[in-house]
Amino acid sequence: MILNEGRVIVELMVNHESRTVTVRPSDVLLDVLRGQLGLTGAKPGCKNGDCGVCTVIFDGWPVKSCLVLAVEAVGHQILTVEGLGGVAPVQKAFVDSGAFQCGYCTSGFLMVCHALSLNKPRAEEYEIEEWLQSNLCRCTSYKEIREALKTVFQSLS
Amino acid sequence: MGTAAGRSVKRKEAWDKATGNAKYTDDLPSLGHLTARLLTSPHAHAKIKNINKVAAFGVKGVKAVITGLDITALCGVLLQDRPHLAKDVVRYAGEPVAIVVAADEPAAISAAGLIEVEYEPLAHVLTPRAALKPGAPLLHDNPERYKRMVEDIYPQPKSNIASQYRIRKGHADTGFALSHMIVEENFYLPPSDHLAMEVRAARAEISADGMVTITTASQSPYSVIKQLSQSFSVPEGNIRVKVPFVGGGFGGKAPVLLEHLAYIASSKVGGRPVRLVITREQDMAAAPCRMGLEASVKLGCDDTGRLKAAELRFWLDCGAYADIGPYMAKSLASNCTGPYRVDNLYCDSLCVYTNHTYATSYRGFSHAEFTFCIERTMDELAKRLNIDPLKFRLINAVSPGDSSPTQVSLNPSNLGDLKACLKKLKPLSGWNGAVVPVDEHTVRAKGVSCLWKSADLPANAISGAMITFNPDGSLNLNTGVVEMGSGSKTQLAQILADKLDVDINQIHVKMSVDTRVNPEHHKTVASMTGYMAGNAVLRAAEDILAQLKTTGAEALGCSSDDIIVKGGAVYSLRNPLNKIRLKDIASGYKAPDGSSIGEPALGRGGFMLKGLSTLDPKTGKGQTAPAWTVGAQAVEVEYDTIEHTYRIISASTVIDVGMVMNPEAMRQIIRGGMAMGISMASREAYSYDQNGLLTTPTLRTYKLMHIGQEPDYRVEFVETPQEGSPYGIRSMSEHGIIGIPAALANALSNASGFSLNTLPLTPESLWKKSGGVSS
Repeated sequence: MILNEGRVIVELMVNHESRTVTVRPSDVLLDVLRGQLGLTGAKPGCKNGDCGVCTVIFDGWPVKSCLVLAVEAVGHQILTVEGLGGVAPVQKAFVDSGAFQCGYCTSGFLMVCHALSLNKPRAEEYEIEEWLQSNLCRCTSYKEIREALKTVFQSLS
Repeated sequence: MGTAAGRSVKRKEAWDKATGNAKYTDDLPSLGHLTARLLTSPHAHAKIKNINKVAAFGVKGVKAVITGLDITALCGVLLQDRPHLAKDVVRYAGEPVAIVVAADEPAAISAAGLIEVEYEPLAHVLTPRAALKPGAPLLHDNPERYKRMVEDIYPQPKSNIASQYRIRKGHADTGFALSHMIVEENFYLPPSDHLAMEVRAARAEISADGMVTITTASQSPYSVIKQLSQSFSVPEGNIRVKVPFVGGGFGGKAPVLLEHLAYIASSKVGGRPVRLVITREQDMAAAPCRMGLEASVKLGCDDTGRLKAAELRFWLDCGAYADIGPYMAKSLASNCTGPYRVDNLYCDSLCVYTNHTYATSYRGFSHAEFTFCIERTMDELAKRLNIDPLKFRLINAVSPGDSSPTQVSLNPSNLGDLKACLKKLKPLSGWNGAVVPVDEHTVRAKGVSCLWKSADLPANAISGAMITFNPDGSLNLNTGVVEMGSGSKTQLAQILADKLDVDINQIHVKMSVDTRVNPEHHKTVASMTGYMAGNAVLRAAEDILAQLKTTGAEALGCSSDDIIVKGGAVYSLRNPLNKIRLKDIASGYKAPDGSSIGEPALGRGGFMLKGLSTLDPKTGKGQTAPAWTVGAQAVEVEYDTIEHTYRIISASTVIDVGMVMNPEAMRQIIRGGMAMGISMASREAYSYDQNGLLTTPTLRTYKLMHIGQEPDYRVEFVETPQEGSPYGIRSMSEHGIIGIPAALANALSNASGFSLNTLPLTPESLWKKSGGVSS
């Protein structure tokens, strides 16, 4: 028996690779990244766009992948924490500054910080706050995340 | 001894977390798993009249719909008062009523929505003092008939009292008669949430031969074994619990909840692997939260400012089920005065059922809550005496020679140096007691608070460590400690590296826990990892050193007393140039003549708490903990006297940690605790509507502190070593939170002139305090 139940096969560009996935129209990008591509760096935290632990970079801009339909991602460039490859300056900065404790929000913060450093390499303090307020961390005091970002900006200037 | 102790060492798992490589429970592959979802109660208190599963079974892929009628066992770590799934009655909004197991998540979600439950609402009660009034609805018909899992829990018949503890020391009446000034204050603190960023998750499968495997985001893998075995009569040895990285716990992942439900789900589908996923909303409403508290605090002191007496009444809101609530009430009673000498003491601490979500351990284990009440009252007393609040605390600071509320003699080992903390806090926080005008309607003010905490653990709690070598001479450290953010496994690696005098990079730490492999560590709670697991690691290190020395002595032809293990090599102090590298001796030594010498070195160390007792039910006398950590904190606010908004300028902590093992990591942990305290005290609360339904079960309605709202954090340490603790370290992981709500309330009380005795301290609550009209 052949069923389709509204599922479609789509091609996604994830971390500079073309990946083929089968999705329902209502599937969100987060679930497809995690469930079909094994890219579990993006986490579920609220599935409501409030916490930012699912953040990925979409055509250069941070988005909450729990609020993006997988089919909306077709034809766009998706970058996840796995795509940073351990060589993005924010990653070393987070390690050096102790910008995480439990680590669950870290991928999301890394993606926001990485996108910010690419988009606004001379971001003012208020812009940094505005960007980072999209995400929540329960373990750190935020001071460490700010310090990590500061070292990234210093290396850019 | 090497150089790894006392240095800032990066987390062992840092790069795993910075690359997305760290796996948490629901990150593990789930191919082949069925998905389970919960249906929860929409009523605070109601009879379940009927449950109709027919429509739910109509959804394609549904394998099982399980309700309370399918399970007879009750559970509870102290008192077996909680059904796994509500049966006949629901006692809080959010209580699990049914589980659906289906082929995939969409089917499970659809089917859960199609279960028809008929309820008959009952009267509900939402605050502990209301729950104690005559005629209040009773949550449990006969709480005293529930099975008690510990001896020191005292549920009272025909009441909502899950347990009660009393402290009687000296003569409170005499103390008040000698007092020159007496103040009495009343407090209300609503429940709130741990809000770990990782929602709780669990998986279960049961093999054909009855072996149970649970994978879970838990702080207590070894408790999962014991409680699951108890509930479902599975031999403990047949249960294996696996815990990968945990995305924050803060006490909320210490109780056993989803593990039971995942097991039930798997057992109803022939043992197939089941993945139980809950929503953030369920994590907040269904799973246990932080306790609420009502309190009445009366303190008296003489004309020199010395406390003479305290009469303290605490009503802890444990919600619908006891869970660990009674022990939080006990812990609260044990330390009820805060770190002050009070010779005449009367304290009643009651753990009371309400129709709130049930409560469990939360960072500080009731200490942030009672500290709020004591420290606010201390400030009111200081104000009336016209004594500087910091000086007032110095006058009364508990010292060696005093005794704790439970009459434990305090000495420089079991008690940190509070006076030293207060003296350091003054310059650190810039304390001068003043309210400083900034402009026409803005002022700056500071508030201080002291803190103390002892770790209440079972008298026989254990920990263990095992050490093996890799072929290159590096070591593997294996403990049952869960890595959930506190970095304690890195601290354990420091202890091992230091003891064996090897580079910290030569220590590999097994991060995940598998109870088949890792030796038991009681629970990763109470900030006791450094003390308990640290002692186990020290002993394992000594064990492996002894083995290396024995083999070394044979290989080098000398006495083992002459053998030195240092810098990754073994040698005789009589011939230091003839070194055998660890890699050449750790697996036994091959002599130049080809003969085999010694055996592979395998280190093992165990530790058990000793000398602790229960409290005397009449007086509260008893040894509750090995030691007390003390500290002092301050918060500075800038307050708008018209708008009642405020900004937190700075937050300072000085804490006696015994020994600064890892300076940077310890500052980070303390700052994190302060941040959690500021967030909790300034905005977090479970709000309930008139029907007893939680109105704030999402992160859109339940606000946490975001970046940009944080103050300037200042942290300093005092080092008074604790005997019997590795390197003299003291517990400190939870402590950053404890005095912050009080210090914030004291700062805002100073700034506003109001007496602020409730949380959270929102601008709206301050505006109401002002009379609720714009000036």
